[in-house]
Amino acid sequence: MSIKVLSPGLLTSIQDLGRYGYQKYGVIVSGGMDTYALRLANLLVGNKEGEATLEMTLMGPSLLLEADLLLAITGGDLSPTINGESVPQGRPVLVRKGSVLKFGALKSGCRSYLAVRGGYDIPEVMGSKSTYLRAKIGGYQGRALLQGDILPVRCSSPLSLAESLEKTMGSRSFAFPSWYVGKSYVSETSQEYKVRVIPNSQFPLFSPDSRKQLFQQPFQVTTQSDRMGYRLSGASLQLTEPLEMVSEAVALGTIQVPPDGNPIILLADRQTVGGYPKIAQVAGADISTVAQIKPGSRIWFVEISLAEAERLYAAREADIQRITITVQSQLAGITT
Amino acid sequence: MSESIKNEISDAKILPFGESAILIEFGKGIDPEIHSRVKVFTEDLDLNPLPAMIEYVSAFSSVTIFYNPMKVRKMQKDVPEEKSLLTFEIVAAMVREKLCKLERGADYTPRIVEIPVCYGEEFGPDLQYVAECNKLTVDEVIHIHSHGEYLVYMIGFAPGFPYLGGMSETIATPRRQSPRMSIPAGSVGIAGMQTGVYPIATPGGWQLIGNTPVELFRLQDNPPTLLQSGDRIRFYPISRKEYEEYKGGRS
Repeated sequence: MSIKVLSPGLLTSIQDLGRYGYQKYGVIVSGGMDTYALRLANLLVGNKEGEATLEMTLMGPSLLLEADLLLAITGGDLSPTINGESVPQGRPVLVRKGSVLKFGALKSGCRSYLAVRGGYDIPEVMGSKSTYLRAKIGGYQGRALLQGDILPVRCSSPLSLAESLEKTMGSRSFAFPSWYVGKSYVSETSQEYKVRVIPNSQFPLFSPDSRKQLFQQPFQVTTQSDRMGYRLSGASLQLTEPLEMVSEAVALGTIQVPPDGNPIILLADRQTVGGYPKIAQVAGADISTVAQIKPGSRIWFVEISLAEAERLYAAREADIQRITITVQSQLAGITT
Repeated sequence: MSESIKNEISDAKILPFGESAILIEFGKGIDPEIHSRVKVFTEDLDLNPLPAMIEYVSAFSSVTIFYNPMKVRKMQKDVPEEKSLLTFEIVAAMVREKLCKLERGADYTPRIVEIPVCYGEEFGPDLQYVAECNKLTVDEVIHIHSHGEYLVYMIGFAPGFPYLGGMSETIATPRRQSPRMSIPAGSVGIAGMQTGVYPIATPGGWQLIGNTPVELFRLQDNPPTLLQSGDRIRFYPISRKEYEEYKGGRS
């Protein structure tokens, strides 16, 4: 079983939930930018939530499915079609061998995820299948996909849902159930997004003006934004006085401020350590929102407490728990 | 370990870092004394990881622990909602307990790692410049660089890249005006008061003085790097012939 890459898209790479345990050796975490969408895609095809998926950015690939496959597409909407016919996101889709899955114009969000039942059959490197692009390790030969690549897919036991889709499919090239999940959080048309942040312990070192400006005006996501981080432009944020700082760890969602005053939100491919002052930390529950913001859009930061961030994190996990249980019963053919 | 350091370990500052990480500061700045506390703490973390810990990153004067907030929450699931602590407070209490225990006798013996370097030739295109800058001969630069003992304060920037302390001021040289597009793996360089070795090819502005045939990033090994935080390293000069033999012997 395999998938052939007819055209690779702008930046399509294998990503799972990341490579943990090696940051102390300078090995970055990598992994999906929008882990919420990534986890949903896997759940929808009955995989473990952390299985590797294809992460597609702004302009998606064109893929030839060389076997019957159960797949799911989540996250940003890159207008996916199968043999020219529009295919819905957020649900399992059974697709016939020989079909072409093609991604087109960007309708919402920024990144889309493609999971296949069984997962992509590629080796783990240091406990993860994620592509570490700069060090050229992990994923598919350590790089983004190219035309002609053949992605092997692991065989897996058929799900009860797939069997019933098979029966109703007839001569069509794909079939899907009427239910779906997780459509609501990727905004269709918005150019402005609210992102909740917790002030960092270095927040008080910034000037009173800068501390106000962080929350009182929007910041634009510039085109120099990638998987490593989003570079923002807006108010120039400055420290009250120069800070003698030595490098220390950074985290997913850390907002660091280099001397030019333009904040950077650190994301999946962030370095393990950094020497710039950190003004705030994006709440874990809003990282997926950030990952779907495309260059040119604007971010309004909203201050929340650590307690609130913890509550949002727990609520997000409870939400995924709930979806998992519902989806699993649907996949097993248990209807309520 | 002296009594004064013991006390300072438990005086470390514990700060929240988002809802999934905690920062432990053992002091400020680049100082071998402060770093020894970082190392004593992380050695203990290696042996007795905190519950719910995912991993940690140690730096010059701090350690950051990344944890799974949901696992921490589960640890206090019988506590009524109104009495429940912040997840951070639970982790902070565990860290504090660990720090207090460390007062009783923990210590660390640094590993010594020797790194062969072929200085000059095409490996060290800036060696002459470093010598001129410091009014030394090329041989004097090599002698000074290979007679120091360097402390690995932390690993970061790239897989296996050591942040070293301990270079003699007499060979300090500013970075290049314009960075090179690509510096080969194994390059040994100087940037200001720092010296270092590039584990993988990368762009960079360091003054290159030599190259080591030793691999610093070892994908197949665990740990995947030659060097770890807390190591002490020494460079020793090798000839071009020894360099080739080393490379040949490995492949």
